[in-house]
Parts: sequence; C-alpha cells; structure tokens
Amino acid sequence: MSDELKKKILEYIREEYLEDDSMELKDDTPLISSGIVDSFSMVSLKMYLEEELGIKMTDEEASTEAFDSVNSILVLVRKKLAEKK
Amino acid sequence: MPSNIGNPEERRRSFSWSDARKELGFPEDSHNIGWYCSDRICDLGMGEKTALVWETADGRVARFTFNDLRVYSNAYAKHLSGLGLRPGDRVAVFLERVPELYIGMLGGMKAGLIMQPLFSAFGEDALEKRISNAETSAILTCRKLTFRVRKIRERCPSLRHVIVCDPGDLSFQEGEAAFGLETAKPVESFACYPAEPETPSILHYTSGTTGMPKGALHVHGSLPAQALTSKWVLDIKDEDIYWCTADPGWVTGTSYGIIGPWALGATQYVLEAGFIIDRWYRAIQDQKITVWYSAPTAIRMLMKEGEAKAKQYDLSSLRHLCSVGEPLNPEAVVWSERVYGLPFHDTWWQTETGCIQVTNVPGMEIRPGSMGKAFPGVTAAVLAHDFTEICEPNKQGLLALKPPWPSMFRTYWRNPSAYESKFKNGWYLTGDRARIDEDGFYWFMGRDDDVINTAGHLVGPFEIESALLEHEAVAESAAIGKPDPVNMEVVKAFVALKAGFEPSRKLEMSIMNFIRKKLSPLAMPQEIEFVEKLPKTRSGKIMRRVLRAQELGQEVGDLSTLDDN
Repeated sequence: MSDELKKKILEYIREEYLEDDSMELKDDTPLISSGIVDSFSMVSLKMYLEEELGIKMTDEEASTEAFDSVNSILVLVRKKLAEKK
Repeated sequence: MPSNIGNPEERRRSFSWSDARKELGFPEDSHNIGWYCSDRICDLGMGEKTALVWETADGRVARFTFNDLRVYSNAYAKHLSGLGLRPGDRVAVFLERVPELYIGMLGGMKAGLIMQPLFSAFGEDALEKRISNAETSAILTCRKLTFRVRKIRERCPSLRHVIVCDPGDLSFQEGEAAFGLETAKPVESFACYPAEPETPSILHYTSGTTGMPKGALHVHGSLPAQALTSKWVLDIKDEDIYWCTADPGWVTGTSYGIIGPWALGATQYVLEAGFIIDRWYRAIQDQKITVWYSAPTAIRMLMKEGEAKAKQYDLSSLRHLCSVGEPLNPEAVVWSERVYGLPFHDTWWQTETGCIQVTNVPGMEIRPGSMGKAFPGVTAAVLAHDFTEICEPNKQGLLALKPPWPSMFRTYWRNPSAYESKFKNGWYLTGDRARIDEDGFYWFMGRDDDVINTAGHLVGPFEIESALLEHEAVAESAAIGKPDPVNMEVVKAFVALKAGFEPSRKLEMSIMNFIRKKLSPLAMPQEIEFVEKLPKTRSGKIMRRVLRAQELGQEVGDLSTLDDN
C-alpha cells in the first residue's frame, strides 16, 4: 500500500506539475522550495489527495512544510488514513 | 540611527521631483539604468562591494560584486546586440530567481532593449498573450521553462531567439541557444546605449477588468524616483543587507528588487526557493538581513505560524520593515511590532506608478491599517464620481494622483485609448478607493473595479473567464475575488456546464488544473461553484457584482438591467 501510494502521488505530480520530462522526481525532491508546486497550486494537489484517498485535511495541516516533498506528504496522508480507521 | 529622509513633514513641504537627481548625486547627462546600477557604482569606488547574495533552492550561497554586475551585464548586452537585436526591441525575461535574471535585465537595458519581465509561473496562454502583444523578439529563460516556451513558439512568430541559461544536455530546437553566467566571458567594456529620460526601459503587463492584460511602458527616466523612494522609504544605507521578497516578474521585484537598491549601491539578498517559513527566518538570521520589503500575504502566513516560530531564530539584525501589494491589516503592524520589535511600514503604489506614492516613512507616526501619506513630490487626492476633489475628511472616493512624476508609465503598449481612459480632469485614476482622515493619512477602502487582488497580484477576471470557456465542459463562466484571510482575495469561479457534463469534484479539479496550466497558479480558481446560469444584463454582460454580493451575503443593489430569462 505504502509503495503504491508513493508511486501514485509521484505519478500525479509528474503528470500535473513537471514539464521537463528529464527532470528527476524522487520522494525527497523539494516541491515547494524548488518551485515545482507553490502555495496556490497546492490547493489542487490537496484536493486530489482528499478525493483519491477519501481523507480531509485542514488548511493548517496542509502547510507548505507538509507539502514540500512526497515523503512529507506521505507522513501527513498516513496520519489521516490512520485517523480514518 | 537617523533616517535618510530626516523630517518627513519638512520634506513634503520643500521637495519637488526636479530636486531628485541632485539629492541622489546623479549626473544630469546620463540616464541608462543599466549603467547606473553597475558601472556608476564601480566608478564610485565600490566595485568590490557585494551587490548580490544569492541563495539557491538547495542552500548554496553565491556572491556577486558590483564589478561582477558590470562585466556580466556587459556580456549580456554584447550577446543580445550580437544577435541583431536593436534598441527598442522587446526582450522577455522568463526566469526563476537566478542571477541571470537580474544581470540579464541590466544587460538588456544597457543595450537599449525594452525588457519585459514575465512571472515564471505563467502558463502558456498568459505567456503567449504577452509575447504576441509586445511582439517580443527574444526571451531569456532556463531549461525548465523552455518546455513551456516551446508550446507557444509557433503562435508567436516574432520570437526569434530563445536564450537558455542552463541548458545542460537539452537538445536545442531552431532559434534556441545557450547563454548564461556559467559560460559567459566577462566583458570589460561596453558602450551603453545613450538613453534619454524618455527612452523605454521596461514593459510590465498588468491586468484590468476588461480585455487582456495591458503592457505598462516605463522609461529610463524613472530611475530618480525609484532610487529616491528606496533611499527615503526603504531607508537603505551603505551597510544594509536588503531583502525584497517580490519576484521580478512583478513591478516590485524590478523597481525595488533591482533598480532602486542597486542604483544606491546596496547589497541585496535573493532567495531562489519559494515561501517556506523556516527558510525565510533562517535567511534573515544567517544573512543578517537589515531591511526587509515583503507582502501582507507572507506576513499573515508568518503570523499564522505564530510567535514561537519567530523566537527560534535570531532576527535581531532587522532594523526596518516595509510591506506592499495589498493593504496591510492593522493586526499585522501590531503583531510585527510585538514579535520583531519593529512595525511593518505599509507602502502603496502600482505597476503604472513605477514607484511608491502613498506610504509610511521612517520617523512618521504609523496608524496601523493606514497607507500613510503622499510621498514628498506626490500630489494625491480622492475624487468624487465627477472627478472633482473631495475635501471633506473621511469621505471615500477614487484615489487619484496628479501627473507627472518621473516613474509614471508612458503608455499601455499599443493601446493608447486604454491609457487615455486612466486620466480624467487632470488626474491619473488608480482604480482604488480610499479616504483621507483629518490628519492627512490615507486609508484603502477597496477596488473601484472587478480586478482581483490575490496575494498582492492583480488578476483580471476577463482573462480567467476567457480561459475557462476553452475547457470542454464550460458553457459560461464568471470570476470574482472571494475574501481570504491570508491572500486578501482568491479567485472563485462560477461555471455553467455544457449539456452532457455533470458537476463533480473531479471536474472541478480538471477545470482548476486547466486554468493553472493555461494562465498561472494565481489565476487558478481556488473554488468553483457550478450554477445553472449566470446573472447577465439584457445585453448579455455578466453581472459580477451580483455574484460578489451573493457571495458576501450583501444586498445585490439595482437589478433593473438584469435579464431574468
């Protein structure tokens, strides 16, 4: 599940936010600080995660820090999935 | 430490713009901005002083002296001229915050080219419209953004040169070539274009209620205004480390992130990374930032994170704080005074004005929430709807400025009628509403049109609505600014769907991402409401004010023109 989830998020970001196909996107690639995603674009990324995983994140939880890499997104998403159970 | 401006009231009484060059020690016979920001500082014996401290997204720091600015801007000027570009040609700068942006801008101006900054988050439509309108000949960009430029090349025949600063192993297509600081050779001497005060320098696009964004054309003669406001409002001194957080894709980032401070020989810090609270605080601590020019949205995000976060860092180097872009709420002024020990000084101006016009300056009383007072040399007023001055205190009206001033825009690019429409009864109409209290302090009351101010950036509803209609599911659309506690406003779209499409979260996301890629993340609706139909006048014009009133729970006002079919 964990690897699958990571793969899914990476694919979505690659598809929606990356224009340079040769650019490497890893689970620890900075998203916000490197300019791949910004605080405005984050809204659609947050919506995707909520829709795809059936979770709800508050604006405080969905901070720029929490969205700065796929790894940090996974930490938040796993927490929300655990709360759902 | 005494402020540069001294006694603000005395300055307001005695200063006029004709004194600006003398006040700054600027020679009367030179006007080229590129020369002022590099060669002149070297001529003054400050060639080895640090001009730019640049921190990369991954935390590396590089320093550039004023001599570096001089020889590398010469290199850019020589390279651009060598491509056959001639004075007056438009050269777009479509870069993230890298040294090539700052130095390339200076180089282009040295060669007499009109530099056209474009926000690096612009999507393909936003890019195409601005390049087509300006008939831009060349674009300075980076590998990452080259892919976006390629998407519009066919639709922009004027664009002959795509200059990539960091191509790596990129396979070039026709018209693309490499030029950047890694490989450029320093050029010791370049004969700067002998700009006159009225020679065009920069073309900044800005949004209005109707029509597509318009290019506000600025001139080299703007410099004394930008430099003097940097000196008196931002209070920049020789020993300061100054940080303007604005992106040079917008006017603050050029007037106060390039031109004003460097014309004074100031050391500027630039952070390539986007907004991350810890990165910002660490930057202030590690780089010992003394003067900080930021925006209310960022300040409110810092407030949201709280005082404890600020206390984790040593921010004691800060000595003067200013803000621009949207009205600064009183709580932010009070909060910054408590947490940083310094109040933010709100400054008001816009793309068309080129420099700060109404402002709080060091040494004057700050009334939290007020825009301050007119800068010395500026005549401001609020006007009634017949464009006569309102003299009664606290009565709101249209905020207007008495032309001319040195950094005033000279026209909207190839749109003289739009330019002329901004002037009534001898005043320049700003599009903002304000009131003036009994002591002469200005208070922002809102926009006088439908333009959306999101995080300090103006977004035109018409541009969003036009782009929305290009989505396969959208039949009709309207965009308004919805109040937001952090960004002042965010874009909200109302959408009527074509037959065969049903509202859903997936469709909402699809439309949002469509606009983000076409225009920019700023223009992306943060909320979409699906509606059966939109309120329109009998002539078919969408009544945004009705939607806005409904959104805010206000009276919708006169509906006599509403088409109720």
